[in-house]
Amino acid sequence: MKNNTGNARLLQGNEACVLGALYAGVRFFAGYPITPSTEIAEGMARELPKIGGKFIQMEDEIASIAAVIGASNTGCKSMTATSGPGFSLMQENIGYAYITESPCVIVDVQRGGPSTGLPTKISQSDTMQARWGTHGDYTAIALAPSTVKECFEETVRAVNLSERFRTPVTVLADEVLGHMREMMIVPAKGELETIERHKPDVPSDWYRHFEITPSFVSPMASFGDGYRYNVTGLIHDQDGFPTANPNEIKDKLDKLRKKIERYTDEIFKIRTDMMDDAHIAIVSYGTVSRSARQAIKIARERRIKVGAIQLLTLWPFPDLKLREMFGGIRKIIVAELNMGQLVNEIKRIAPRHVEVHSLQRYDGEVMAPQQILDKIREVK
Amino acid sequence: MDKIAHESDVTHHYLRPKKKFPNVWCAGCGNGIVMGALIRSIDRLGLDKDEVVVVSGIGCSSRMPVYLDFGTLHTTHGRALPFATGVKIAKPNMKVIVITGDGDALAIGGNHFIHACRRNIDITTILINNKIYGMTGGQFAPTTPGGSFATTAPYGNYEKQFDAVKLAIGAGASYVARGTVYHVQQLEKLIEGAIMKKGFALVDTYSNCHTYYGRFNKEGDAVAMLDWFKKHAVPINVAQKLPPEKLEGKFVTGLIHETNATEFCEEYAMLVERLAAKES
Repeated sequence: MKNNTGNARLLQGNEACVLGALYAGVRFFAGYPITPSTEIAEGMARELPKIGGKFIQMEDEIASIAAVIGASNTGCKSMTATSGPGFSLMQENIGYAYITESPCVIVDVQRGGPSTGLPTKISQSDTMQARWGTHGDYTAIALAPSTVKECFEETVRAVNLSERFRTPVTVLADEVLGHMREMMIVPAKGELETIERHKPDVPSDWYRHFEITPSFVSPMASFGDGYRYNVTGLIHDQDGFPTANPNEIKDKLDKLRKKIERYTDEIFKIRTDMMDDAHIAIVSYGTVSRSARQAIKIARERRIKVGAIQLLTLWPFPDLKLREMFGGIRKIIVAELNMGQLVNEIKRIAPRHVEVHSLQRYDGEVMAPQQILDKIREVK
Repeated sequence: MDKIAHESDVTHHYLRPKKKFPNVWCAGCGNGIVMGALIRSIDRLGLDKDEVVVVSGIGCSSRMPVYLDFGTLHTTHGRALPFATGVKIAKPNMKVIVITGDGDALAIGGNHFIHACRRNIDITTILINNKIYGMTGGQFAPTTPGGSFATTAPYGNYEKQFDAVKLAIGAGASYVARGTVYHVQQLEKLIEGAIMKKGFALVDTYSNCHTYYGRFNKEGDAVAMLDWFKKHAVPINVAQKLPPEKLEGKFVTGLIHETNATEFCEEYAMLVERLAAKES
């Protein structure tokens, strides 16, 4: 894998994540080996030292995300990659990143669970963990690619969103996507937008590390920049000092929510196929969306008016935008590789006249187009 | 009198202007003594405030960074060292100091502790060792001596005690020292040496928790506990000349171990240089 851009390459999903991260400006990676994400750490170990970036293999996933957050607070775009068990171990410190508003990216190449589960098999059973994995109230951002090209693009977007909103962002890939190879044109430098975090321009005496601004996103100084401030996982005031004041507690938690929820439309990203005249919509994300696209193509040949909606942004959940899209739909099939995690979100927002069906698979195999076709036939 | 006034000025210079006082510590707690010693060490070394990052975990001692006028990172329980590792690797020119307690560093953070030592990364770790969990109300810690009482050892502790100094030496730290909150001048020198050392440095600092440890084990108030440190500490140069039986029930203080192994960030920088040379 060479780090040259602007050309056609045959790449694994995991390799595309590495290239996407480097493209977006990630210069710090800390991780711990875990199947099926390990190629990301291996790629980073190979590429980062060549460009003066920093790679470290930590003693576990808890330490990995801790080091990532530490590095992020020095102003460095930072990332880790893992799979289910490691993602579980990281959760406490991911919560720390939320409350300290430390930008970072976690790529979770999903495998089956619970526990050690199915190390080498596909799953989408971390969908809710990406939203509610750590304790407490917060609003999460999670993105879900379905192709190698999207692995690249969504990793770039994850880095951008994390820097833009000062928050952790999860990329939910999966085992099949991580390991499959596809041809992709690696974008040339400047072709995709890359975002830098907003730095303070006030004198150090005026600087407040957690200032509640009109956009709710605070400019972020780095350690060593001449701004001295406190960062803590305790609920804190705008200066970063622990507080037990009810107003300050509420303000802080509202800030964490509003700085993301207000921008749901900006974070929103979907791909639609044949939805213009569709009566049935297949809603899916990740690798399942590939099967959905194949299934609707076959169904259309049989004159069934079915379309597909692929969610590239899973969280924050785009309630309003999706509800608009469901206006002309009679039936929705939510296809996912778990026991039904996203389907309840769709049920929550679907208009009353729309039937919502759940299509689940959780035996470690991919969702075959035929399985989706069968479901279309069953519900139509 | 002048000296005291000067030291008071020095202390205030390094405390946050928007002071978050009163602090959370009990009256007589050794944490304040360590904080004073750290401040004076940093002042004597003439470090730029903006070059210092102080990282801590969770516990009484880990609240210290909040009061200090540096970049400060108060993290999760046991994880100060991996957070500090991220800071140090990303900005190797910064002085990274970790303040941690015995439960924080040796129980929940034990794995991180040995690996930070093994990497010999240039982090100064001041382990404030009071032999008990203070913040949660006096439970036994990995450092609680056998037979001692704690709220979770109501019949006496039946576990073995961890020796942070031996652990750090075994794991590869390049500067390993022990001090106490009674021997303040020695402690300042040890902290100074630790900060200057290129590599992982530990100052295992015996401190008093009279509120819990002292009360449960009838060791008296803060003054009585400091007196105990005074009577039981043996400086390393004296200890080396004593037969082992004379050290029974005592503990050794001073710079106990020092090596000159290569430091992690330097090693990494050499790799980057090597790769750059290959490219060109």
